[in-house]
This record gives sequence, C-alpha cells and structure tokens, in this order.
Amino acid sequence: MSTILDVEKLNLWYGDHHALKDINVEIPKNRITALIGPSGCGKSTFLKTLNRMNDLVAGVKIEGDVLYNGQNIYDPSVDVTWIRKQIGMVFQKANPFPMSIYDNIAYGPRTHGIRSRVRLDEIVERTLRDAAIWEEVKDRLKKPALGLSGGQQQRLCIARALAVEPDILLMDESTSALDPISTGKIEELAQQLKEKYTVVMVTHNMQQAARISDECAFFLLGELVEFSATDKMFSTPTDKRTEDYITGRFG
Amino acid sequence: MSVKNPELSAEMPALSDSEKKSAERRKLWNINANFWLCFCAFLTMALLVFLIGYIAYRGVPHLTWQLIRSETSHLKHTIGILPNILNTLYIIVITMAIALPVSVGAAIYLTEYAGRTKLANIIEFATETLSGIPSIIYGLVGMLIFIQMFGLKQGILAGALTLVIMIMPVIIRTTQESLKTVPDAYREGALALGAGKWHMIRTVVLPNAIDGIVTGCILGIGRIVGESAALLFTAGFGLVLNGFVKAMQSSSATLTVALYVYASERGETDVAFAIAVILMILTFLINRLAKLAAKKLKKV
Repeated sequence: MSTILDVEKLNLWYGDHHALKDINVEIPKNRITALIGPSGCGKSTFLKTLNRMNDLVAGVKIEGDVLYNGQNIYDPSVDVTWIRKQIGMVFQKANPFPMSIYDNIAYGPRTHGIRSRVRLDEIVERTLRDAAIWEEVKDRLKKPALGLSGGQQQRLCIARALAVEPDILLMDESTSALDPISTGKIEELAQQLKEKYTVVMVTHNMQQAARISDECAFFLLGELVEFSATDKMFSTPTDKRTEDYITGRFG
Repeated sequence: MSVKNPELSAEMPALSDSEKKSAERRKLWNINANFWLCFCAFLTMALLVFLIGYIAYRGVPHLTWQLIRSETSHLKHTIGILPNILNTLYIIVITMAIALPVSVGAAIYLTEYAGRTKLANIIEFATETLSGIPSIIYGLVGMLIFIQMFGLKQGILAGALTLVIMIMPVIIRTTQESLKTVPDAYREGALALGAGKWHMIRTVVLPNAIDGIVTGCILGIGRIVGESAALLFTAGFGLVLNGFVKAMQSSSATLTVALYVYASERGETDVAFAIAVILMILTFLINRLAKLAAKKLKKV
C-alpha cells in the first residue's frame, strides 16, 4: 500500500485562530479515506489544504509540507493550477455552471487545451458513465445543467471533476444535502472510483464513514486525534476521545 | 366551518366598545393609506404620460423629413438637425469605445483581484464621489484639461473625453454590482478544475454578469444622450455638418446642446420640441437594443 499524500507538520491559521495543529498523516493510494469529527474541528479546512483551495481565503497562513508523490505542493515553484488538476474536488453543495450538461463536463478539458470535438465527446460520455449518470442525461446533453435534480447535479459535478483526469478526488460532505437514494448512488460510486482514483472525503455521517471508507481520520479542535483503518477505529479506538465521539457521547 | 354553531353563526363574538373603536380606526387607516399610496403611484405615472404626451403634441407636427435630413443655413433660411443627430451618434461611439473597456476592466480588478486593500477602497470612494459631481464641473475641467492643456480644439473628441470621465463611475458601479451577484461557488468550481484566474473570470464570471454590464452601458449611453452642460464648453455649439473625422476637432453641438441653442438663443421652440421627440425615440431604441443584446449574450 503506497502513500500518495504525505502531510507533515501542517499548521494553519485563519488570522489569529489556529485552525489546524501539527497534522501528520499519510493518505494511501487507491483507498477511500474518511475525515470525521464534530463541526468546526478543521476537517473541511484540512481537506482544502490538500488542493490549495484555502489559498483563496483572505488572511490564511499555512506552514508545513503536503507531499504529493514526493512533491511539496506548497513549494513556491509549483503551479497551483497543475495541483488542482491532479487533485480534484467535489463541494458540499452541487455547483454546476449555468451552462449545458455537455459544456459543464467539457469545461475542465477545454481549460487544459483539449479542443477536438471527437475527444471531448469521448470524455463527456466516459466520465458521465463513470459517475453513473449517463443513462439519465444522454438524451439531453445540450440542456442546462441547472435543470437537473440535486442528486443528479452532484453526480454531474463528480463527472466534471473526473473529466480533467485527476489522481485524487476530494469530496467535501458531498452527500450532506442529498436524499438517501442519491446518497446511496454516490457512496456506491465512490467505491467504484477507488479502483482508478484515490478518494478523500469529509463526512458528518458516522455510518457513511463506517460503510464506505478504508481509512479513517478523527479530527477534534484542529488536532488529528486518531488515524487508522476504519474497521479498527470503529471497533477498538485507541483514544478515549475517539471512542466518545463515535459512540455519540458528544458532537 | 361546515357545521353551524347557532351561537356563533349569527355574529362574531361580541366586541367591547373600545375594541370596536380601534378596529374601526384600523380600517380607516388602511383605507386612508391605500388611497394616498395609490395617489402617489398614479401621480408618477400621470406626470410621465403628460410629459411624453405634451412633448409629442408639440414636437411631432414639426418633425419633418426636411428637418431631419438637412443642416441649418442662414443663407438658405433652412433649419435642419442632421448634424446634431450625427454628432450625438459620434459622441456615443467614441465615449463608449473608451469608457466601456476601461470601466469594465476597472470593475473586474476591483471586485475580483484587489480584495479589500487600501488602494481598492480609495478607488471605490473616488468612483462614488465622481458620480455625484454636477456635470457642469466636468465640462469646466474638461475644457481646462483637454482644450487648454492638451491643445485639442473644441469638438467631439474633447467632448467625448470629458464624458468618458463622467460616465466611467456609472459603468464601474453597475458592473461591480453584477459581478458580485455571480455566486462564489462558480468561481470555486472553476478554480478547483485547475482553471487560471483570468480564464475563470472570462469563462464563468463575465458570461453571468453580462446583463448587468449591459445595464451599465444603457445608463451610460442615457447620460451621454441627455448631457448638455458638460458639452457646452468642450464639444461646442457648432451647427455645421461635418464628417466623422472633421467633427472630432470642430465645434459640434449634440442634440441636447442644439435643443438648448434653438430654445434659448434663437427662439425656435418648435424645433426644440421636435428635437425632444427625437431624443425620446433614441433613448427608447437604445434601451430596447441593449436589452435584446443582453438576452442574446446570456445564452443557455
């Protein structure tokens, strides 16, 4: 089992607020890693440091290293657009662009210079199939994406993220706004995606973490309390705080 | 309430005298407020209808082909406003050609790049203040700078440059407002796919803000068409027909300035009203065109 993301001594401040404290973690390749913890514990913040989306927040200060295949993504020489192409992201709320379904998927490839109609057609179909939404939208690719249901929009956003052929897919509570059936579809999808991709997901839903993740990281007050295989964490947590949280004593 | 209760069906439960009084008073207030608000709305509309009606009544009979197609000549004893129509169009084109790209660029910088820096705050304060200055002052400053300092002759160019300064705040503000309405989720979505910042702005932000930018243009053009004070010293009073290039550097009155000249200096009230009709039609057409363009541009 090889490591794809190696986080070393990561510290993050929002102004004076110390939001992430000395995080050390190795995220394995082709696995689903779940980040759990109560609201405000820093798990979403941590997720966003992995593709440098936190750079967009005013007044943020980040120290430490995030090594992606051995390359520090916070190195000044690194092109941030390249990082974000390699490490894609699906947000909490589906955010398709106000364009057609086709143009949404083609946005990423076009951004990275693919103009050929044939190749774009091929990418659109493949990623929509990968995201298990092809059958539902194949007859209305030219229709606006905002006309889809919430669950469909979220799967469209997954397909859009896959279209730039990332290595890692970050999912920030991507099912929290969805109904159980759509959630089930996306969970199943994540299971299939780990064959080709590495998935890191933030979730509020303990059952979800237990159901689909291979590894699990528990965050509390900006600290990484425990990181271990999911079945181990849910059966024999080593830290008292982890046990209290997953048995529902707080959070 | 299908089952009738004999005690309640006859009348509502009895109210005390004071309760009855206050209920009545509320009712009266309601009717009163309704009447006055309705009156205000009606008054506004009536004023507009009266204005348009009166201008049309006074102006349309004098709106002849002869007037629109010819120029004013003392020798031939003719009055024509073709030069003024053309001057107005020239000044719109030149002003917008300069003001639109600069203002939209400034608005994009202020909302998308600058953040909340001190410089950005100062620029925003400046645009706000600029939009409140009386236009005659723009005219004065325009004359001093463009004509006396830079040595331009009175004409369309000096006038247009003055108007550029005047309408830039208008376009900047409306463009900024419409950029702010584009959800951040779109920006994040594009950046997370590895788009560069400018690419993101061009492909996701601008297409969604285009209708606001067009609104800014309409307001800007509206001010250009309606402006006279700022042009008196800069574009001048000339009523002679000039080509596009010659008009740049020779005194050329736009429709509004011509209206002023005919009404106050030459006592040709009929011509002034005819010009007013043309101005109204022009404003209406520009409005429709811009709305259409916005619809076309905002596809999907």
